[in-house]
Amino acid sequence: MAEVRAEMVANVWKVVVAPGDTVEDGDTLVILESMKMEIPVVAEDAGVVAQLKVAEGDVIQEGDLIAVIE
Amino acid sequence: MFDSVLIANRGEIARRIIRTVRGMGLRAVAVYSEADADLPFVREADEAVLLGPANPAQSYLDQEKVLLAAKETGAQAIHPGYGFFSENADFAQAVLDAGLVWIGPAPEAIRQMGDKINARNLMEEAGVPVAAGTREPVTEPAEAAKEAARIGYPVMVKTAGGGGGIGMGVAYDEESLAKAFEQASRAAARFGGTPAILLERYIERARHVEVQILGLADGTVLALGERDCSVQRRHQKVVEESPSPGITPELRARMLAAAVRAGEAVGYRGAGTVECLVDADAQDFVFLEMNTRLQVEHPVTELVTGVDLVAAQLRVAAGESVTLDATPKGHAIEFRVYAEDPKRFFPGPGKIAEWREPAGEGVRVDSGYLEGNTVTPFYDPLMAKLCVYGATRAEVIERARAAVAGFTVTGPKNNLPFCAELLDRAEFVSGDYDTGLVSRMRS
Repeated sequence: MAEVRAEMVANVWKVVVAPGDTVEDGDTLVILESMKMEIPVVAEDAGVVAQLKVAEGDVIQEGDLIAVIE
Repeated sequence: MFDSVLIANRGEIARRIIRTVRGMGLRAVAVYSEADADLPFVREADEAVLLGPANPAQSYLDQEKVLLAAKETGAQAIHPGYGFFSENADFAQAVLDAGLVWIGPAPEAIRQMGDKINARNLMEEAGVPVAAGTREPVTEPAEAAKEAARIGYPVMVKTAGGGGGIGMGVAYDEESLAKAFEQASRAAARFGGTPAILLERYIERARHVEVQILGLADGTVLALGERDCSVQRRHQKVVEESPSPGITPELRARMLAAAVRAGEAVGYRGAGTVECLVDADAQDFVFLEMNTRLQVEHPVTELVTGVDLVAAQLRVAAGESVTLDATPKGHAIEFRVYAEDPKRFFPGPGKIAEWREPAGEGVRVDSGYLEGNTVTPFYDPLMAKLCVYGATRAEVIERARAAVAGFTVTGPKNNLPFCAELLDRAEFVSGDYDTGLVSRMRS
Protein backbone atom coordinates (compact mmCIF):
# COMPACT_ATOMS: atom_id res chain seq x y z
CA MET A 1 0.00 0.00 0.00
CA ALA A 2 1.34 3.41 -0.93
CA GLU A 3 0.01 6.75 0.23
CA VAL A 4 0.28 9.65 -2.16
CA ARG A 5 0.45 12.99 -0.35
CA ALA A 6 0.50 16.61 -1.50
CA GLU A 7 3.93 18.23 -1.64
CA MET A 8 2.53 21.75 -1.47
CA VAL A 9 -0.49 23.94 -0.90
CA ALA A 10 -2.49 23.72 -4.10
CA ASN A 11 -5.82 23.67 -5.82
CA VAL A 12 -6.97 20.35 -7.32
CA TRP A 13 -7.39 21.21 -10.98
CA LYS A 14 -8.12 17.79 -12.52
CA VAL A 15 -8.72 14.30 -11.17
CA VAL A 16 -7.47 11.86 -13.78
CA VAL A 17 -8.16 8.49 -12.13
CA ALA A 18 -11.11 6.93 -10.29
CA PRO A 19 -11.16 4.44 -7.39
CA GLY A 20 -10.67 0.93 -8.75
CA ASP A 21 -8.48 2.03 -11.69
CA THR A 22 -5.28 0.14 -12.33
CA VAL A 23 -2.26 2.42 -12.60
CA GLU A 24 1.35 1.97 -13.62
CA ASP A 25 4.38 3.58 -12.00
CA GLY A 26 4.51 7.13 -13.38
CA ASP A 27 0.85 7.44 -14.29
CA THR A 28 -0.76 10.79 -13.49
CA LEU A 29 -3.36 10.55 -10.71
CA VAL A 30 -4.42 14.16 -10.33
CA ILE A 31 -3.20 17.51 -11.59
CA LEU A 32 -2.73 20.24 -9.01
CA GLU A 33 -2.45 23.92 -9.65
CA SER A 34 -0.40 26.29 -7.54
CA MET A 35 1.07 29.69 -8.35
CA LYS A 36 -0.05 29.58 -11.99
CA MET A 37 1.59 26.20 -12.56
CA GLU A 38 0.12 22.77 -13.27
CA ILE A 39 1.72 20.05 -11.20
CA PRO A 40 0.93 16.42 -12.06
CA VAL A 41 0.89 14.03 -9.12
CA VAL A 42 2.04 10.61 -10.30
CA ALA A 43 1.84 7.08 -8.92
CA GLU A 44 5.19 5.90 -7.61
CA ASP A 45 4.15 2.25 -7.69
CA ALA A 46 1.95 0.17 -9.94
CA GLY A 47 -1.34 -0.97 -8.40
CA VAL A 48 -5.00 -0.26 -7.96
CA VAL A 49 -6.39 3.08 -6.76
CA ALA A 50 -7.93 1.98 -3.46
CA GLN A 51 -8.85 5.43 -2.18
CA LEU A 52 -9.12 8.85 -3.75
CA LYS A 53 -9.37 11.61 -1.19
CA VAL A 54 -9.65 14.74 -3.34
CA ALA A 55 -12.11 16.24 -5.80
CA GLU A 56 -11.68 18.88 -8.48
CA GLY A 57 -11.73 22.35 -6.96
CA ASP A 58 -10.50 21.25 -3.51
CA VAL A 59 -7.79 23.28 -1.82
CA ILE A 60 -5.27 20.96 -0.23
CA GLN A 61 -2.41 21.56 2.21
CA GLU A 62 1.12 20.18 2.15
CA GLY A 63 1.03 16.63 3.52
CA ASP A 64 -2.67 16.03 2.78
CA LEU A 65 -3.55 12.55 1.57
CA ILE A 66 -4.46 12.49 -2.12
CA ALA A 67 -4.77 8.79 -2.88
CA VAL A 68 -3.91 5.30 -1.69
CA ILE A 69 -2.52 2.80 -4.20
CA GLU A 70 -2.70 -0.91 -3.34
CA MET B 1 0.44 65.84 -15.06
CA PHE B 2 -2.44 63.95 -13.42
CA ASP B 3 -2.38 64.07 -9.61
CA SER B 4 -3.24 60.46 -8.76
CA VAL B 5 -2.52 56.97 -10.06
CA LEU B 6 -4.35 53.72 -9.38
CA ILE B 7 -2.03 50.71 -9.50
CA ALA B 8 -4.00 47.73 -10.86
CA ASN B 9 -1.57 45.12 -9.58
CA ARG B 10 -0.15 43.52 -6.45
CA GLY B 11 3.03 42.41 -4.69
CA GLU B 12 6.47 43.73 -5.53
CA ILE B 13 5.51 45.59 -8.69
CA ALA B 14 2.64 47.47 -7.01
CA ARG B 15 5.03 48.47 -4.26
CA ARG B 16 7.72 49.57 -6.73
CA ILE B 17 5.25 51.71 -8.72
CA ILE B 18 3.83 53.26 -5.54
CA ARG B 19 7.37 54.32 -4.57
CA THR B 20 7.85 56.36 -7.75
CA VAL B 21 4.27 57.71 -7.83
CA ARG B 22 4.57 59.04 -4.29
CA GLY B 23 8.13 60.23 -4.93
CA MET B 24 6.78 62.43 -7.72
CA GLY B 25 4.31 64.00 -5.30
CA LEU B 26 1.32 62.12 -6.77
CA ARG B 27 -1.33 60.19 -4.85
CA ALA B 28 -1.07 56.40 -5.10
CA VAL B 29 -4.21 54.26 -4.95
CA ALA B 30 -3.78 50.51 -4.40
CA VAL B 31 -6.35 47.82 -5.12
CA TYR B 32 -6.11 44.41 -3.49
CA SER B 33 -7.77 41.05 -2.98
CA GLU B 34 -8.75 39.50 0.36
CA ALA B 35 -5.66 37.26 0.16
CA ASP B 36 -3.35 40.29 -0.07
CA ALA B 37 -4.83 42.52 2.64
CA ASP B 38 -1.72 42.26 4.85
CA LEU B 39 0.87 42.90 2.16
CA PRO B 40 3.02 46.04 2.34
CA PHE B 41 1.80 47.54 -0.95
CA VAL B 42 -1.67 47.96 0.56
CA ARG B 43 -0.29 49.93 3.49
CA GLU B 44 2.21 51.98 1.51
CA ALA B 45 -0.39 53.46 -0.86
CA ASP B 46 -2.20 56.67 0.12
CA GLU B 47 -5.47 54.84 -0.26
CA ALA B 48 -6.39 51.19 -0.85
CA VAL B 49 -9.57 49.59 -2.18
CA LEU B 50 -10.57 45.98 -1.53
CA LEU B 51 -11.66 44.42 -4.83
CA GLY B 52 -12.86 40.99 -3.75
CA PRO B 53 -11.81 37.37 -3.19
CA ALA B 54 -8.39 35.89 -3.95
CA ASN B 55 -9.42 34.46 -7.32
CA PRO B 56 -8.03 37.00 -9.84
CA ALA B 57 -11.23 36.84 -11.92
CA GLN B 58 -13.11 38.26 -8.94
CA SER B 59 -10.49 40.86 -8.01
CA TYR B 60 -7.45 41.94 -10.05
CA LEU B 61 -9.03 40.86 -13.34
CA ASP B 62 -12.51 42.24 -12.67
CA GLN B 63 -12.61 45.21 -15.02
CA GLU B 64 -15.72 46.80 -13.52
CA LYS B 65 -14.43 46.63 -9.98
CA VAL B 66 -11.09 48.19 -10.91
CA LEU B 67 -12.74 51.04 -12.85
CA LEU B 68 -15.20 51.60 -10.01
CA ALA B 69 -12.29 51.82 -7.55
CA ALA B 70 -10.72 54.50 -9.75
CA LYS B 71 -13.96 56.43 -9.86
CA GLU B 72 -14.59 56.21 -6.12
CA THR B 73 -11.08 57.35 -5.21
CA GLY B 74 -10.86 60.00 -7.91
CA ALA B 75 -7.77 58.39 -9.44
CA GLN B 76 -6.96 60.02 -12.77
CA ALA B 77 -4.63 57.41 -14.26
CA ILE B 78 -4.20 53.63 -14.16
CA HIS B 79 -0.87 51.82 -14.13
CA PRO B 80 -1.33 48.10 -14.89
CA GLY B 81 2.15 46.87 -13.87
CA TYR B 82 2.92 43.55 -15.61
CA GLY B 83 0.63 40.53 -16.00
CA PHE B 84 -3.09 40.97 -15.19
CA PHE B 85 -4.48 43.80 -17.39
CA SER B 86 -1.14 45.08 -18.67
CA GLU B 87 -1.47 43.63 -22.18
CA ASN B 88 -5.25 43.69 -22.39
CA ALA B 89 -6.24 46.06 -25.19
CA ASP B 90 -9.93 45.97 -24.24
CA PHE B 91 -9.17 47.05 -20.70
CA ALA B 92 -6.85 49.81 -21.94
CA GLN B 93 -9.68 51.04 -24.18
CA ALA B 94 -12.16 50.90 -21.27
CA VAL B 95 -9.79 53.03 -19.18
CA LEU B 96 -9.61 55.63 -21.93
CA ASP B 97 -13.40 55.49 -22.43
CA ALA B 98 -13.85 56.19 -18.72
CA GLY B 99 -11.90 59.43 -19.26
CA LEU B 100 -8.81 58.18 -17.44
CA VAL B 101 -5.15 58.10 -18.47
CA TRP B 102 -3.84 54.66 -19.42
CA ILE B 103 -0.18 54.30 -18.49
CA GLY B 104 0.87 52.20 -21.43
CA PRO B 105 0.80 52.17 -25.21
CA ALA B 106 -2.34 52.75 -27.29
CA PRO B 107 -4.79 49.81 -27.26
CA GLU B 108 -4.13 49.29 -30.97
CA ALA B 109 -0.38 48.78 -30.35
CA ILE B 110 -1.19 46.24 -27.61
CA ARG B 111 -3.56 44.41 -29.96
CA GLN B 112 -1.10 44.30 -32.85
CA MET B 113 1.70 42.91 -30.71
CA GLY B 114 -0.52 40.66 -28.58
CA ASP B 115 -1.22 38.34 -31.47
CA LYS B 116 2.20 36.79 -31.95
CA ILE B 117 1.52 35.74 -35.52
CA ASN B 118 0.46 39.24 -36.49
CA ALA B 119 3.46 40.67 -34.62
CA ARG B 120 5.86 38.40 -36.49
CA ASN B 121 4.42 39.38 -39.86
CA LEU B 122 4.40 43.06 -38.96
CA MET B 123 8.03 42.94 -37.82
CA GLU B 124 9.11 41.18 -40.97
CA GLU B 125 7.52 43.97 -42.99
CA ALA B 126 9.31 46.57 -40.84
CA GLY B 127 12.67 44.99 -41.65
CA VAL B 128 13.14 43.27 -38.29
CA PRO B 129 14.57 39.75 -38.72
CA VAL B 130 12.22 36.87 -37.76
CA ALA B 131 12.82 33.10 -37.56
CA ALA B 132 11.41 30.82 -40.25
CA GLY B 133 7.86 30.11 -39.15
CA THR B 134 4.14 30.14 -39.84
CA ARG B 135 2.53 33.30 -41.21
CA GLU B 136 -1.01 32.05 -40.58
CA PRO B 137 -2.49 30.46 -37.44
CA VAL B 138 -2.24 26.67 -37.31
CA THR B 139 -5.28 24.93 -35.83
CA GLU B 140 -4.99 21.29 -36.93
CA PRO B 141 -2.30 18.72 -35.99
CA ALA B 142 -1.92 17.57 -39.61
CA GLU B 143 -1.35 21.12 -40.75
CA ALA B 144 1.23 21.57 -37.98
CA ALA B 145 3.13 18.51 -39.18
CA LYS B 146 3.17 19.86 -42.73
CA GLU B 147 4.39 23.28 -41.61
CA ALA B 148 7.04 21.79 -39.32
CA ALA B 149 8.41 19.75 -42.21
CA ARG B 150 8.60 22.92 -44.32
CA ILE B 151 10.30 24.99 -41.57
CA GLY B 152 12.63 22.15 -40.57
CA TYR B 153 13.01 20.55 -37.13
CA PRO B 154 13.51 21.39 -34.34
CA VAL B 155 10.54 23.74 -34.06
CA MET B 156 9.14 25.76 -31.17
CA VAL B 157 5.38 25.37 -30.69
CA LYS B 158 3.54 28.20 -28.95
CA THR B 159 0.15 29.78 -28.60
CA ALA B 160 -0.47 32.94 -30.62
CA GLY B 161 -2.15 34.66 -27.72
CA GLY B 162 -0.16 33.28 -24.80
CA GLY B 163 2.74 34.59 -22.82
CA GLY B 164 5.03 33.79 -19.94
CA GLY B 165 6.13 30.50 -21.46
CA ILE B 166 2.74 28.88 -20.85
CA GLY B 167 2.04 26.09 -23.33
CA MET B 168 5.40 26.40 -25.09
CA GLY B 169 7.24 23.29 -26.20
CA VAL B 170 10.04 22.17 -28.51
CA ALA B 171 9.48 19.40 -31.04
CA TYR B 172 12.33 17.44 -32.61
CA ASP B 173 10.24 15.19 -34.82
CA GLU B 174 6.66 14.48 -35.88
CA GLU B 175 5.93 12.42 -32.78
CA SER B 176 7.05 15.07 -30.27
CA LEU B 177 5.30 17.68 -32.44
CA ALA B 178 1.92 16.00 -31.91
CA LYS B 179 2.49 16.11 -28.16
CA ALA B 180 3.68 19.73 -28.13
CA PHE B 181 0.76 20.75 -30.34
CA GLU B 182 -1.74 19.12 -27.97
CA GLN B 183 -0.11 20.78 -24.96
CA ALA B 184 -0.17 24.23 -26.58
CA SER B 185 -3.80 23.82 -27.67
CA ARG B 186 -4.80 22.82 -24.17
CA ALA B 187 -2.98 25.82 -22.67
CA ALA B 188 -4.58 28.17 -25.18
CA ALA B 189 -8.07 26.91 -24.35
CA ARG B 190 -7.44 26.96 -20.64
CA PHE B 191 -5.96 30.45 -20.35
CA GLY B 192 -8.57 31.92 -22.63
CA GLY B 193 -6.23 32.87 -25.44
CA THR B 194 -7.01 32.43 -29.12
CA PRO B 195 -6.87 28.74 -30.10
CA ALA B 196 -4.23 29.47 -32.71
CA ILE B 197 -0.81 27.87 -32.70
CA LEU B 198 2.41 29.29 -34.05
CA LEU B 199 5.44 27.28 -35.17
CA GLU B 200 8.92 28.72 -35.40
CA ARG B 201 12.35 27.35 -36.16
CA TYR B 202 14.01 26.57 -32.83
CA ILE B 203 17.56 27.76 -32.25
CA GLU B 204 19.50 25.19 -30.20
CA ARG B 205 22.18 27.28 -28.55
CA ALA B 206 20.22 30.48 -28.12
CA ARG B 207 20.48 33.39 -25.79
CA HIS B 208 17.37 35.33 -24.92
CA VAL B 209 18.28 38.99 -25.26
CA GLU B 210 15.74 41.81 -25.14
CA VAL B 211 15.88 45.53 -25.79
CA GLN B 212 14.17 48.08 -23.56
CA ILE B 213 12.47 50.73 -25.61
CA LEU B 214 10.75 53.95 -24.61
CA GLY B 215 8.34 55.65 -26.98
CA LEU B 216 8.11 59.37 -26.23
CA ALA B 217 5.05 61.60 -26.46
CA ASP B 218 6.36 63.19 -29.68
CA GLY B 219 6.63 59.81 -31.43
CA THR B 220 10.39 59.32 -31.02
CA VAL B 221 11.37 55.78 -29.96
CA LEU B 222 14.52 55.33 -27.86
CA ALA B 223 16.41 52.10 -27.14
CA LEU B 224 17.76 51.92 -23.58
CA GLY B 225 20.16 49.02 -23.94
CA GLU B 226 19.59 45.30 -23.66
CA ARG B 227 19.00 42.65 -21.00
CA ASP B 228 20.19 39.07 -21.27
CA CYS B 229 17.53 36.72 -19.87
CA SER B 230 19.02 33.35 -20.81
CA VAL B 231 18.85 31.84 -17.32
CA GLN B 232 15.43 30.20 -17.61
CA ARG B 233 13.49 27.30 -16.19
CA ARG B 234 10.33 26.10 -17.98
CA HIS B 235 10.85 28.92 -20.52
CA GLN B 236 10.52 31.46 -17.69
CA LYS B 237 13.23 33.85 -16.63
CA VAL B 238 15.06 33.48 -13.34
CA VAL B 239 18.08 35.77 -13.71
CA GLU B 240 18.64 38.75 -16.01
CA GLU B 241 21.65 40.93 -16.66
CA SER B 242 22.79 43.97 -18.58
CA PRO B 243 24.86 44.36 -20.64
CA SER B 244 24.59 40.91 -22.25
CA PRO B 245 27.94 39.11 -21.97
CA GLY B 246 27.14 37.20 -25.16
CA ILE B 247 26.85 39.81 -27.89
CA THR B 248 29.42 41.92 -29.70
CA PRO B 249 29.08 45.73 -29.87
CA GLU B 250 28.27 45.33 -33.56
CA LEU B 251 25.37 42.93 -32.86
CA ARG B 252 24.15 45.14 -30.02
CA ALA B 253 23.98 48.14 -32.36
CA ARG B 254 21.97 46.13 -34.90
CA MET B 255 19.57 44.85 -32.24
CA LEU B 256 18.97 48.29 -30.76
CA ALA B 257 18.29 49.75 -34.21
CA ALA B 258 15.85 46.92 -35.00
CA ALA B 259 14.04 47.44 -31.68
CA VAL B 260 13.55 51.12 -32.51
CA ARG B 261 12.10 50.14 -35.92
CA ALA B 262 9.79 47.65 -34.17
CA GLY B 263 8.49 50.37 -31.85
CA GLU B 264 8.07 52.85 -34.68
CA ALA B 265 6.12 50.30 -36.74
CA VAL B 266 3.30 50.33 -34.16
CA GLY B 267 3.60 53.98 -33.06
CA TYR B 268 4.74 52.81 -29.67
CA ARG B 269 4.46 55.07 -26.64
CA GLY B 270 5.78 54.34 -23.16
CA ALA B 271 7.99 51.50 -21.95
CA GLY B 272 8.12 48.30 -23.95
CA THR B 273 10.42 45.39 -24.57
CA VAL B 274 11.47 43.80 -27.83
CA GLU B 275 12.44 40.20 -27.10
CA CYS B 276 14.91 38.49 -29.42
CA LEU B 277 16.67 35.17 -29.71
CA VAL B 278 20.37 35.39 -30.35
CA ASP B 279 22.25 32.59 -32.05
CA ALA B 280 25.33 32.69 -29.84
CA ASP B 281 27.56 30.97 -32.38
CA ALA B 282 26.48 32.89 -35.48
CA GLN B 283 26.14 36.25 -33.64
CA ASP B 284 22.81 36.82 -35.31
CA PHE B 285 19.32 37.46 -33.93
CA VAL B 286 15.61 37.10 -34.67
CA PHE B 287 12.57 38.86 -33.25
CA LEU B 288 10.64 36.76 -30.72
CA GLU B 289 7.86 38.97 -29.41
CA MET B 290 7.18 42.39 -28.00
CA ASN B 291 5.93 42.97 -24.48
CA THR B 292 3.83 46.11 -24.47
CA ARG B 293 4.30 46.92 -20.79
CA LEU B 294 6.81 47.39 -18.00
CA GLN B 295 8.90 44.23 -17.66
CA VAL B 296 9.58 42.34 -14.40
CA GLU B 297 13.32 42.78 -14.96
CA HIS B 298 13.23 46.53 -15.65
CA PRO B 299 15.45 47.31 -12.60
CA VAL B 300 18.45 45.89 -14.47
CA THR B 301 18.09 48.67 -17.05
CA GLU B 302 17.41 51.25 -14.34
CA LEU B 303 20.64 50.33 -12.57
CA VAL B 304 22.87 50.65 -15.64
CA THR B 305 21.20 53.72 -17.16
CA GLY B 306 20.15 55.62 -14.05
CA VAL B 307 16.70 56.12 -15.60
CA ASP B 308 13.57 55.58 -13.46
CA LEU B 309 11.44 53.75 -16.03
CA VAL B 310 8.21 54.12 -14.07
CA ALA B 311 8.75 57.90 -13.83
CA ALA B 312 9.41 57.96 -17.59
CA GLN B 313 6.17 56.01 -18.18
CA LEU B 314 4.18 58.49 -16.11
CA ARG B 315 5.69 61.52 -17.90
CA VAL B 316 5.07 60.05 -21.35
CA ALA B 317 1.48 59.11 -20.41
CA ALA B 318 0.90 62.68 -19.22
CA GLY B 319 2.13 63.96 -22.59
CA GLU B 320 5.19 65.64 -21.10
CA SER B 321 8.44 65.79 -23.00
CA VAL B 322 11.15 63.56 -21.61
CA THR B 323 14.85 64.12 -22.08
CA LEU B 324 17.19 61.53 -20.70
CA ASP B 325 20.77 60.46 -20.92
CA ALA B 326 20.45 56.70 -21.07
CA THR B 327 24.07 55.83 -21.81
CA PRO B 328 24.61 52.55 -19.91
CA LYS B 329 27.40 52.37 -17.35
CA GLY B 330 28.60 49.39 -15.31
CA HIS B 331 26.86 46.03 -14.98
CA ALA B 332 23.71 44.79 -13.23
CA ILE B 333 22.22 41.36 -12.49
CA GLU B 334 18.74 40.60 -11.15
CA PHE B 335 17.78 37.38 -9.36
CA ARG B 336 14.10 36.51 -9.10
CA VAL B 337 13.48 35.16 -5.64
CA TYR B 338 10.67 32.68 -6.20
CA ALA B 339 8.64 30.73 -3.64
CA GLU B 340 9.71 27.40 -5.12
CA ASP B 341 12.03 24.57 -4.25
CA PRO B 342 15.55 25.11 -5.61
CA LYS B 343 15.90 21.62 -7.11
CA ARG B 344 12.78 20.96 -9.18
CA PHE B 345 11.36 24.52 -9.09
CA PHE B 346 7.94 23.41 -7.86
CA PRO B 347 5.82 26.00 -6.02
CA GLY B 348 6.16 26.18 -2.24
CA PRO B 349 3.87 28.86 -0.83
CA GLY B 350 3.61 29.39 2.91
CA LYS B 351 3.76 31.81 5.81
CA ILE B 352 6.98 33.81 6.07
CA ALA B 353 8.61 33.11 9.44
CA GLU B 354 11.79 35.08 8.75
CA TRP B 355 12.52 37.65 6.06
CA ARG B 356 15.82 39.51 6.12
CA GLU B 357 16.96 41.37 3.03
CA PRO B 358 20.62 41.93 2.30
CA ALA B 359 22.08 45.43 2.12
CA GLY B 360 25.37 46.66 0.78
CA GLU B 361 27.07 48.57 -2.00
CA GLY B 362 25.11 48.21 -5.25
CA VAL B 363 22.31 46.09 -3.76
CA ARG B 364 18.65 46.88 -4.50
CA VAL B 365 15.81 44.64 -3.34
CA ASP B 366 12.29 45.04 -4.77
CA SER B 367 10.14 42.83 -2.59
CA GLY B 368 6.43 42.25 -2.18
CA TYR B 369 6.41 40.71 1.27
CA LEU B 370 7.46 41.26 4.88
CA GLU B 371 8.05 38.91 7.77
CA GLY B 372 4.72 37.50 8.96
CA ASN B 373 3.05 37.76 5.53
CA THR B 374 1.76 34.66 3.77
CA VAL B 375 2.74 33.75 0.24
CA THR B 376 -0.50 32.26 -1.09
CA PRO B 377 -0.96 29.78 -3.95
CA PHE B 378 -3.25 32.14 -5.91
CA TYR B 379 -0.67 34.24 -7.74
CA ASP B 380 2.72 33.83 -9.37
CA PRO B 381 5.62 32.74 -7.15
CA LEU B 382 7.74 35.92 -7.36
CA MET B 383 8.49 37.13 -3.82
CA ALA B 384 11.28 39.60 -4.51
CA LYS B 385 13.90 40.70 -6.98
CA LEU B 386 17.45 40.92 -5.74
CA CYS B 387 19.28 43.36 -8.00
CA VAL B 388 23.01 43.97 -7.82
CA TYR B 389 25.03 46.69 -9.51
CA GLY B 390 28.78 47.16 -9.94
CA ALA B 391 31.42 48.60 -12.23
CA THR B 392 32.18 45.25 -13.87
CA ARG B 393 30.47 41.87 -14.21
CA ALA B 394 33.12 40.30 -11.95
CA GLU B 395 32.41 42.85 -9.24
CA VAL B 396 28.65 42.23 -9.53
CA ILE B 397 29.15 38.47 -9.17
CA GLU B 398 31.26 39.01 -6.03
CA ARG B 399 28.64 41.34 -4.54
CA ALA B 400 25.81 39.02 -5.57
CA ARG B 401 27.37 36.04 -3.77
CA ALA B 402 27.43 38.07 -0.55
CA ALA B 403 23.91 39.40 -1.14
CA VAL B 404 22.42 35.95 -1.80
CA ALA B 405 24.15 34.61 1.33
CA GLY B 406 22.79 37.55 3.30
CA PHE B 407 19.17 37.05 2.21
CA THR B 408 17.22 34.98 4.74
CA VAL B 409 13.78 33.62 3.93
CA THR B 410 12.17 30.86 5.96
CA GLY B 411 8.66 29.51 5.74
CA PRO B 412 7.90 29.30 2.03
CA LYS B 413 10.31 27.33 -0.11
CA ASN B 414 12.69 29.61 -1.98
CA ASN B 415 15.23 29.42 -4.79
CA LEU B 416 18.04 31.37 -3.09
CA PRO B 417 20.12 28.15 -2.90
CA PHE B 418 19.72 27.89 -6.68
CA CYS B 419 20.97 31.49 -7.07
CA ALA B 420 24.05 30.65 -4.95
CA GLU B 421 24.67 27.54 -7.04
CA LEU B 422 24.39 29.55 -10.25
CA LEU B 423 26.93 32.09 -9.01
CA ASP B 424 29.43 29.24 -8.56
CA ARG B 425 28.69 27.60 -11.88
CA ALA B 426 31.65 28.09 -14.24
CA GLU B 427 29.39 28.41 -17.28
CA PHE B 428 27.48 31.32 -15.75
CA VAL B 429 30.57 32.99 -14.31
CA SER B 430 32.27 32.87 -17.72
CA GLY B 431 29.31 34.63 -19.31
CA ASP B 432 29.27 32.08 -22.13
CA TYR B 433 25.90 30.47 -21.40
CA ASP B 434 22.59 29.97 -23.19
CA THR B 435 18.96 29.13 -22.39
CA GLY B 436 19.89 25.47 -21.78
CA LEU B 437 21.98 26.38 -18.71
CA VAL B 438 19.43 25.58 -15.99
CA SER B 439 18.43 22.22 -17.46
CA ARG B 440 22.12 21.28 -17.70
CA MET B 441 22.46 22.19 -14.01
CA ARG B 442 19.61 19.80 -13.22
CA SER B 443 20.41 16.90 -15.54
